[in-house]
Amino acid sequence: MRSMSGLGQYVPADSPLHRLDAAAKIGLVAALTVGLFMAKGLGGLVAIALAVLAAIAVSRVPARAVARGLVAVSFIVVFTLVANSIAWEPVTALFRVGPLGVTEKGLMTGLFFAVRILVLVVGTTLLTLTTSPVRLSGGLERVMRPLQWLRVPVGDLAMTLTIALRFIPTTAEEAERIVMAQQARGAVFDKGGPIRRARAYAPVLVPLFFQLFRRADALATAMEARCYRGTEGRTRMNEEHMRGIDWLVMVGVSAVLLSSGWFL
Amino acid sequence: MALTFTDVTCGYAAGTVMAVRALDSVSLSVEPGELVLVLGPTGSGKTTLLRAAAGLLAPSAGTVEADGVAVAGAGTVRGTVGMLFQRPESQFFALTVEDDCAFGPRNLGRSVDEARSDVRDALAQVGLDADVFGPREPWTLSGGEARRAALAGTLAMRPRYLLLDEPTAGLDAAGRDAVRSVIESVRARAGVVVVTHDPDILLQRADHVLVLQEGCAAFYGGVAELMASLRGLIARGAAEPPEVARTLLLAQARAGREGSAPSLDVGAAASAIAGLYAESRGPR
Amino acid sequence: MLSFIDVSFAYAPGAALALDEVSLTLEPGQVLVVVGANGSGKSTLARLCDGLLTPSSGGVLVDGLDTSAESSVWDVRVKVGMVFQDPDDQIVGTTVDEDCAFGPENLGLPSPEIVARVAAALGTAGLTGLERREPHLLSEGQKQRLAIAGALAMEPWYLVFDEPTAMLDPAGRRSAMSVIARLAHERGHGVLLVSHDAADVAAADRALALSAGRIVFDGRPQDLLSDAELLATCGLDTGSMGELGDALRALGLPVPVTALEAESVVDSLWR
Repeated sequence: MRSMSGLGQYVPADSPLHRLDAAAKIGLVAALTVGLFMAKGLGGLVAIALAVLAAIAVSRVPARAVARGLVAVSFIVVFTLVANSIAWEPVTALFRVGPLGVTEKGLMTGLFFAVRILVLVVGTTLLTLTTSPVRLSGGLERVMRPLQWLRVPVGDLAMTLTIALRFIPTTAEEAERIVMAQQARGAVFDKGGPIRRARAYAPVLVPLFFQLFRRADALATAMEARCYRGTEGRTRMNEEHMRGIDWLVMVGVSAVLLSSGWFL
Repeated sequence: MALTFTDVTCGYAAGTVMAVRALDSVSLSVEPGELVLVLGPTGSGKTTLLRAAAGLLAPSAGTVEADGVAVAGAGTVRGTVGMLFQRPESQFFALTVEDDCAFGPRNLGRSVDEARSDVRDALAQVGLDADVFGPREPWTLSGGEARRAALAGTLAMRPRYLLLDEPTAGLDAAGRDAVRSVIESVRARAGVVVVTHDPDILLQRADHVLVLQEGCAAFYGGVAELMASLRGLIARGAAEPPEVARTLLLAQARAGREGSAPSLDVGAAASAIAGLYAESRGPR
Repeated sequence: MLSFIDVSFAYAPGAALALDEVSLTLEPGQVLVVVGANGSGKSTLARLCDGLLTPSSGGVLVDGLDTSAESSVWDVRVKVGMVFQDPDDQIVGTTVDEDCAFGPENLGLPSPEIVARVAAALGTAGLTGLERREPHLLSEGQKQRLAIAGALAMEPWYLVFDEPTAMLDPAGRRSAMSVIARLAHERGHGVLLVSHDAADVAAADRALALSAGRIVFDGRPQDLLSDAELLATCGLDTGSMGELGDALRALGLPVPVTALEAESVVDSLWR
């Protein structure tokens, strides 16, 4: 029943952001991160947040899709806000609940940290929303290529990533099947404390891992039969290359992000 | 005493743009001693039907009842309805066949000794010697043996209704025969529902047949009625006739004659084809 | 020509022989079907064809190349394409075209050539138009055809199929077999098909039966299908169509033993 992309959040569309080189986008996320953590005041944060909002608009990705990516971190964001805002018996407070009080300074700090996390997550989400898995792993591989000089097996890592992405939906379906099969035999998964629940999953995890190892073995055989000998000497059907415009956008926007963090 | 579906509708993502009706107002009934076949192409709702019967899926409309008790969640039918998924041997998790088969009975609250005795009976029922196969590791079994061991794991729960999803898929001739004979022996005490792509031999022994097409019941009735309605079903794209029947239909088309309704009996089909052949050659 | 010369194989030294002095030849344009019960050595034989396994004794030669030689085994794997039972165990790419390109990418071919080969292979497999589809959204039959396309993209001379339709539903089986059927007679590949299905035997040019690693039959499909005892040894079942054929022949109709599908029966009686 999955007619949406099962490989994470990718939403196909034709926008400038979609067309931008994957490696450039990865570079931008890096600049975003650095810029965000350099920013000391609300000014820099707001400037960067505006840049990210502009990117969302340019990407033609529905706001709903972006919001979905935030669900996972919503707890951390709220926790950060609350934890920073409250103090124990503060001198001055905006309002109090028993011995705890919300201070203005604390609230501002909490907001700062919370918004920073939000902006960072939105930025990264935009990356996966606008970049197909194959281009993403290709981009990562190109970005990591210099590491080859340090004997890091970049090609193999990229291949591992691609295969892992390919098998996420398949494995999820397999897990669902096994859960149902064990439920049909009377297994119960939603009762009891955390330890009991964890143990209840043994009849699911054992066969799942068994299948995964068996599949890995079979897949390796199939790959060898198609002449896979490691990633040296491999070419790619669709190799992306940074064009002038990609460099321009990456350097230009990175400069904006970094200077916002530094100066504002 | 029966497992009944009354106008059951099951859907996914109801109310959204992606709403899908996997089952649409389907009804059927199985009593202990009966064999019901569910036929239809992939995506016609067969697996959804089995899941609803096992309480793994709640219908959005209609009722599923087992012996008068509404099926609502796997908990309500544990022990009454047993279900075996496709390729069940991929779900083994224990270190011995005996332990794996005991999972079901133990979940029903039976003691270790009771469970062991249930497992021995179940293994015997599927034709596996408990002393030989009980201590074996599940993944060392051959295809046919593993399938039967998985079946034993469900039979050990002594269900009154047994649901099987493609029980003969992927087995060689001997394996298929073994599973079919288990179905016949289980049928004595339980109601059996089999979803299959390969109705070949089972069709002759079935009491009722449900043909699903895109979630709807294109046909529900006895085997003789099915054969009588076969032409209509084929025309609507709802059914693929068994190969023997298809041969007769093709022969009738080639000879330019509309014959009687096809039956499953090979001898009858052969006579009919021979008759058509003789007519075509004609006296010259 | 792909040939086995007195090949024996054991999975471990001292273990029982999975294959015992097997010799066979496969020519381009031919369909050779290999049958046998579970454990008879069929899958082992398939894997010996392209050097995934190498013989314990004897040799496997593919157009003169020895599969045991390190230097030539990769050339052998270009000449011999393999398709296995479970399509999900063979698909590596995140989209249909990416997966089909995997083989040519491994060969270091330039991008335009890869694009051309992928288009051709997908066309032969009937998958044109599905290039950007993610594999988990394909039907089982489509997945297996993708696996076939992936093998075809290497432009092999020989194709070895190890029970390719065992995990498919009837519709998937038909779509996969229609592709396989054309590969030998229309496109000139040498096809070795390991199968459990009597209908596959009927459609082949030659049949080979294994039992406990030894060849117990090597000859015409119709001769194998007429031998009830041999069929039983191989775990083959001609099913009700076999019974129909027997009944028709008993009534004097000229229906060949190889007619196990409706079309072939009717074609033999009404031309």
